[in-house]
Amino acid sequence: MMKINWKKMNEKLGFSVLRLATLVVIFILFFIIYDIVSKGISSVNWEFVTDKPRKGMTEGGIWPAIVGTFWVSLVTVIFSVPIGMFAAIYLNEYAHQGRIVRLIRLAIRNLSGVPSIVYGLFGFSLFVLMLNFGLSVLSSGLTLGLLTLPWTITASEEALKTVPMSYREGALALGATKWQTIRSNVLPYAVPGMLTGTILGLARAAGETAPILFTGVAFFWPILPKFPDALFKQFMALPYHLFIMSTQHHEIVKVRPLAYGTAFILIVLILLMNTVAIWIRYRFRKKYKRI
Amino acid sequence: MELKKNKLHQTPVWWRRLKEQVIEKFFLVHGMLAVLILMGIFSLLFIEGFPAFKALGLKSFFFSTKWNPTSFVQESYGILSILISTLMVTFGALLIAVPIGIATAAYIADVAPPRVREVIKPVIEVLAGIPSVVVGFLGIIVVGPLLSRLFGTSNGLNAINGSILLAVMALPTIISISEDAILSIPQEYKNASLALGANKWQTLIRVTIPSAMSGIIAAVMLGMGRAIGETMTVLMATGNAPAMPHSFLDSIRTMTATIAIELGETVQGGIHYRSLFVIGFILFLMTFFVNLISDLVLEKYQKVNR
Repeated sequence: MMKINWKKMNEKLGFSVLRLATLVVIFILFFIIYDIVSKGISSVNWEFVTDKPRKGMTEGGIWPAIVGTFWVSLVTVIFSVPIGMFAAIYLNEYAHQGRIVRLIRLAIRNLSGVPSIVYGLFGFSLFVLMLNFGLSVLSSGLTLGLLTLPWTITASEEALKTVPMSYREGALALGATKWQTIRSNVLPYAVPGMLTGTILGLARAAGETAPILFTGVAFFWPILPKFPDALFKQFMALPYHLFIMSTQHHEIVKVRPLAYGTAFILIVLILLMNTVAIWIRYRFRKKYKRI
Repeated sequence: MELKKNKLHQTPVWWRRLKEQVIEKFFLVHGMLAVLILMGIFSLLFIEGFPAFKALGLKSFFFSTKWNPTSFVQESYGILSILISTLMVTFGALLIAVPIGIATAAYIADVAPPRVREVIKPVIEVLAGIPSVVVGFLGIIVVGPLLSRLFGTSNGLNAINGSILLAVMALPTIISISEDAILSIPQEYKNASLALGANKWQTLIRVTIPSAMSGIIAAVMLGMGRAIGETMTVLMATGNAPAMPHSFLDSIRTMTATIAIELGETVQGGIHYRSLFVIGFILFLMTFFVNLISDLVLEKYQKVNR
């Protein structure tokens, strides 16, 4: 009798430890969000969002940083989404298991592990210097595009995998070529999943700081050029602005509310993108369950 | 044969074949881009860094602890102290993140009811999406003061702070990959154990987790790769002291932070500039091998469990 009790107690204790660890992880996330939101929300108002930084960045808002982040993310998406999609189509639709596929997969997995600062070095050396794009939105966007590429490929491939094999077989049996099959019977059903991956990748790119450090982000750049001139200009970005406000500013304590406000906007932006992505995937999965 | 009159089939067969071939090659090229980019990063870092390596020699890079490239008297490029700092915070981060990560993964995969799982999984995903600069910011403002009060040091910007933040950054990776590993253990394994009279806890600890061990090791390796390569958190919260650390309460500076701080101040093509590329190259190699090992482990484990 005694022994069985011990066993039960052990089980209970063990599971509680696991539960506790999970609660710690959940707590970390909620603490981050709670702290930023509760302390940041008071600095955020219409002026903060739409004004440029004033008086040596001790007053004013963050509008140029929002615009800068937007432009860079746009370049990132335009560069990385098509390439990622095409690569995923190759891997999932055309490739046969073999050396080339193994090599590509190995490269993708390794690319996703390359430190973001190394992408920064690479982007600086390739885009800023060799291709002579200079310190610019374009250089930064392309660098972030390279960084997000492994994620875009993986997400697109996941999306293609969810399309049932029978869809392809149906078209092929009717005499359609491979490309016709992909175009009419695979891609339309994979698009929502790819969209999810794209948005998640975008959210990551928007929050990255290290890759843009040397490729174009500026301490203070209040001018908001029109497209396409903006492409070749330096820019401000939300994550870098937060970095500056919390470590490099000459009056760190005084600008703390501004730093919190910046963190708030950044977090809200990223949470919003994440929520949209997760929501799209949720709807998408439900739809497939019905089919 | 009637079909041939169909509009779709009016184009000659050879033309359609060619078109299909071209389309396939088009996609193949995009697939190969990943390989090209990886090789590009490798070679560009090598080309940019090699002259410094050649000028200074292996010895002054790896066996000197003095990193002082801007000294007026004698510039020195010893990366030993920043290398050890990187390894130290990474080790500290894993010490925190591995137990919590594996326990959470086990809970999600084996214990939690499906409903709870549906809630926790997005939480992990969102945590993975929190920008490192935000984590670093909280490291300065929340973790730093806490640590300085706890240990009575003048400020809390030190290796422990960095380790805690890196643990937060590495957790999502460790959790999601360990979870996959634990989930992929066949139900038969567990049933066999349960049928022998073991309870669920014993089954988890003695059967499921040991069987998933290689996947878990891969998860830990990938988490380690993330911690080694993380820049912003350690740049902001470890105090930036490029000296040999003696304890976790010392301020340190990692390899990533050194690149981030100094590249902007260097002269292009100079030894200092190139030596930063050498650091980048070493970082690249470190994460490359960490990833490669986790890859090999995962592959082996997929073969065993098939």
